[in-house]
Amino acid sequence: QVEQVKLLDRFSTSNKSQTGTLYLTATHLLFIDSSQRETWILHHHIAAVEKLPLTTSGCPLVIQCKNFRIVHFVVPRERDCHDIYNSLLQLSRTAKYEELYAFSYNPKQNESEQVKGWQLIDLEEEYKRMGVPNDYWQLSDANRDYKICETYPRELYVPRTASKPIIVGSSKFRSKGRFPVLSYYHKDKKAAICRCSQPLSGFSARCLEDEHMLQAISKANPSNRYMYVMDTRPKLNAMANRAAGKGYENEDNYSNIRFQFVGIENIHVMRSSLQKLLEVSGTKGLSVNDFLSGLENSGWLRHIKAVLDAAVFLVKAIAVESASVLVHCSDGWDRTSQVCSLGALLLDSYYRTIKGFMVLIEKDWISFGHKFSDRCCQLDGDPKEISPVFTQFLESVWNLMEQFPQAFEYNEAFLLQIHEHVHSCQFGNFLGNCQKEREELKLQEKTYSLWPFLLGEQKKYRNPLYNPHFSPELTLLEPNTVSFNFKFWRNMYHQFDRSMHPRQSVFDLIMNMSEQNKQLEEDIKELEAKIKRKNGQSEMVLEKEHQQPARPAPVALKTPPCFKKDQPLIPLNDAVRTIEGSNAADNRYSEFMEEFSKAEPAIVSLEYGVARMTC
Amino acid sequence: MEFAELIKTPRADNAVLHRPFYAAVEGTLCLTGHHLIFSSRRQDNAEELWLLHSNIDSAEKRFVGSLGTIIIKCKDLRVIQLDIPGMEECLNIASSIEALSTLDSVTLMYPFFYRPMFEVVEDGWSSFLPDQEFELLHAVTDEWRLSSINKEFSVCPSYPPLVVVPKSIDDDALRKVAMFRHGSRFPVLSYYHLKNGMVMMRSSQPLTGTNGRRCKEDEKLINATLRPGKRGYIIDTRSLNVAQQARAKGGGFEQEVHYPQWRRIHKCIERFNILQESLIKLVEACNDQSHNMDRWLSKLEASNWLTHIKEILTAACLAAQCIDREGASVLVHGTEGTDSTLQVTSLAQIILDPRCRTIRGFESLIVREWLQAGHPFQQRCAQSAYSNSKQKWEAPVFLLFLDCVWQILRQFPCSFEFNEHFLVTLFEHAYASQFGTFLGNNENERSKLKLPQKTMSLWSWVNQPEELEKFKNPLFEANSLVIWPSVAPQSLQLWEGVFLRWNRPSKFLDEAREEMNSIVKYNRLLQAKVNALRRQLAELETDDRM
Repeated sequence: QVEQVKLLDRFSTSNKSQTGTLYLTATHLLFIDSSQRETWILHHHIAAVEKLPLTTSGCPLVIQCKNFRIVHFVVPRERDCHDIYNSLLQLSRTAKYEELYAFSYNPKQNESEQVKGWQLIDLEEEYKRMGVPNDYWQLSDANRDYKICETYPRELYVPRTASKPIIVGSSKFRSKGRFPVLSYYHKDKKAAICRCSQPLSGFSARCLEDEHMLQAISKANPSNRYMYVMDTRPKLNAMANRAAGKGYENEDNYSNIRFQFVGIENIHVMRSSLQKLLEVSGTKGLSVNDFLSGLENSGWLRHIKAVLDAAVFLVKAIAVESASVLVHCSDGWDRTSQVCSLGALLLDSYYRTIKGFMVLIEKDWISFGHKFSDRCCQLDGDPKEISPVFTQFLESVWNLMEQFPQAFEYNEAFLLQIHEHVHSCQFGNFLGNCQKEREELKLQEKTYSLWPFLLGEQKKYRNPLYNPHFSPELTLLEPNTVSFNFKFWRNMYHQFDRSMHPRQSVFDLIMNMSEQNKQLEEDIKELEAKIKRKNGQSEMVLEKEHQQPARPAPVALKTPPCFKKDQPLIPLNDAVRTIEGSNAADNRYSEFMEEFSKAEPAIVSLEYGVARMTC
Repeated sequence: MEFAELIKTPRADNAVLHRPFYAAVEGTLCLTGHHLIFSSRRQDNAEELWLLHSNIDSAEKRFVGSLGTIIIKCKDLRVIQLDIPGMEECLNIASSIEALSTLDSVTLMYPFFYRPMFEVVEDGWSSFLPDQEFELLHAVTDEWRLSSINKEFSVCPSYPPLVVVPKSIDDDALRKVAMFRHGSRFPVLSYYHLKNGMVMMRSSQPLTGTNGRRCKEDEKLINATLRPGKRGYIIDTRSLNVAQQARAKGGGFEQEVHYPQWRRIHKCIERFNILQESLIKLVEACNDQSHNMDRWLSKLEASNWLTHIKEILTAACLAAQCIDREGASVLVHGTEGTDSTLQVTSLAQIILDPRCRTIRGFESLIVREWLQAGHPFQQRCAQSAYSNSKQKWEAPVFLLFLDCVWQILRQFPCSFEFNEHFLVTLFEHAYASQFGTFLGNNENERSKLKLPQKTMSLWSWVNQPEELEKFKNPLFEANSLVIWPSVAPQSLQLWEGVFLRWNRPSKFLDEAREEMNSIVKYNRLLQAKVNALRRQLAELETDDRM
């Protein structure tokens, strides 16, 4: 615990600050300012801690979080600062999975609830929903003991005609043994999205089993015998891989395939792109042009567009040509996951529901071995393995939500919350790099699943504009990927910089209103029933007095709750106003105002600075 | 002149209309004196396009064999293409369009011919008269007076006949001050802040010249607005450099020696062709669907449009802050005081004054701070983003103001009574309209053109209850607070409703907005019903008790 610590405003040019006390707990860093406002930072969220050179007011400490929160403390005594710095370094760098928060987090669930929580998402059910197994596709037991591919799940779906030797042969010809398997099956078109890793083709190697495997996939589609093979890498990267004995499919060796590069950059490019983006967006006193050129130079939106363009290409192959598509990149767990999951999201409205989105993440990301642990740096490891691949997926989904405001059951807050927990290590879902590792860690026994908690508070994540039956065209989303449609995701990268956001949220307001509408509908029913009863009652009083003894009880019982219901209605109204911030007496708005009165003079004093010089 | 002389081919059959995101339509094209009319001949789903000639910014013709194509680019930024069979017809039509869309004389414009199809309930020409506005002010303070010094537009040609000035300054002094200010635009009251009695004034630059001329009356006038011992702020919308250079041409700025109670702040807001070029570049960038991400972002940056937005908003926030937070009076001016000055004073009022965020209040603001204040609409809005004329006086000053309002509206979506559609409509009518409101460059010209007698006011149409409904923001709930917008680049956005309006299908967004509106409407309905039922129940209960 350190007192008299200052929390600096990130974007204020005049070093405005709040003074308060900093507490270090086993799991969180906590700052309480003089007005008792609390800032909680989970140790696992800390991406970097930096001690800046000593200043007159104390020792500055900058903490960067994985959820893009950046806090800037000034600790009065250097020794304290040093202590905090060291503790945070230790606490934020975990060496072993067992030390992660998820293993100590206890949400007061009993064992059966815990088990049920883990069973909430059942991928077998999901494949059934897609219509698999069927005449063309079956469950393969080849990987039941993770013998063929360690990073794949146990249950894999393959074409019926792909025999075990073909599977084994093909897996030997694919990087990390990740042979082509089913990711999504489109019932109507009978076309499939399959995924794998790059072939070990080098400059000329071929593998008959692998060729058979692809043929089996194309034959499993009665609507179109041609299939697409999408290599999601830039052509240059794929060609360079040939020198290392890897590479891409030679169209001449495979019958009936159409090969296509789509040019999504690798994890290292993405990592440095995000780094550049954050540098720009974190600049104090940023000009519009510096922001735009910084955005351009970071390449971030270009990468998001590339990912979405790839998904659109995939969807067109399936929806227009009824052709199956095999997607791969290098190892088939980063770009491949992005493209397969986004493709499925565009094709199937189920994935645009809250539950469906969880299923999609479980299927294409968790079970197929996207290396969450490495990519999100859950354990102290190789910084070169870190990459915002999953963040890009969420951002692509957000872009789709912006274009199709009524197509998604969930809202932006849902995406942000998932992003938060991918890094929080509070739940077991995202720990580890593949299913095998998760089983070895006994996550299902020792930790809890995130999904039941999100479902439990799904009210917060509902899109009030969602309309599942809104129009049949919406089953298939055809996003417009012209560059101007892609915007900087302010709510992600400046989630914690409140002064940058609209002071009134239409979304919150509409959400509250549609909640309130449900409540009002109930009230109306209740009131109508009561009036009916009253009317009936008074008639009965007049007509059949002997029946009265039976009646009053429920009426007498029921009346008070109704009148108490009057009250919740008014606060509910108030809650709506709170978000609008239209009421001067309102706390939350005055909080904004207070914040603003602190942040805004920054501009003025800057101007006055200029004024002084010019006067 | 007869319009018929200009129309060599009044009608072309079998023309084809192409618009982005719509299927091509075959039909008949007709030219009238003021409209280009395209009508599909299909019986089942007759479609008609009426385009004002004055809305046409440029028309290009192209030929492939005997099939002619005219590409029409409008001031509201829409681009359409017409295929016209027959080379002669096409040439005739193209030259007619060219001639009709660039009529020299104002009195030939459509507003002078337009006859409304609606009944005028309230004449918009007299909806916002200066003396009525002054009554409101007079009710709270008697420090100001309404001067009719400019009755015959004799003192300042670009000011209205009536102006509000400090009570202690008589008309003789005003005449002297007018001599000392560019274009005779002496300081007048722009806004009175009810909360603390602070004021915002606007004027043009003082004519100090290189030898530092001074004018005692000018000093006295603006000092009259200060409380004893208080300082005020002069916001000069030019950079210090530009202001200094202006001295060489007889202009200049208030020297601190002569205005010791005032602190001068320079903000750099661009003008004229810099803004026009910015608009041209922005629209060019938005219209090209083939740009890759890097090119799009660098084009957006190169247009500088959002930089202008940020500069204007920052200056307006600054003025508002001086008044509300610092408790100081403010004088705003640039060079002529007809462009950037008005952007700042009107936006500051939107930030400070809840009244300006209502539909009526916003209309009144536009009348006061733009039309009566002498923003030269006819010059500035003569052409839009597609013109090649490059006249110095063309500049999207008003569009920038509307864009800034939109930015604030986006950040405070519940604090405005009007919606985005209202702003877009104002943009359209400022550039091409059947109403006379935005014709002329100042009140002087408007009165010479007899616009109130000869044309219809935009406000007469807008303020009809059924039209008004379309401009209402369903989320509006009066917010009496000052609203401080964020001017961080991350908070500013491209105004898609104007710049991407014709460049992408908006079906899903429109439907979502509809859904939102219906949720709000349903909410009102339910609330009303619950209240009614409660009352009914309460009555029943009192009956019971009796």
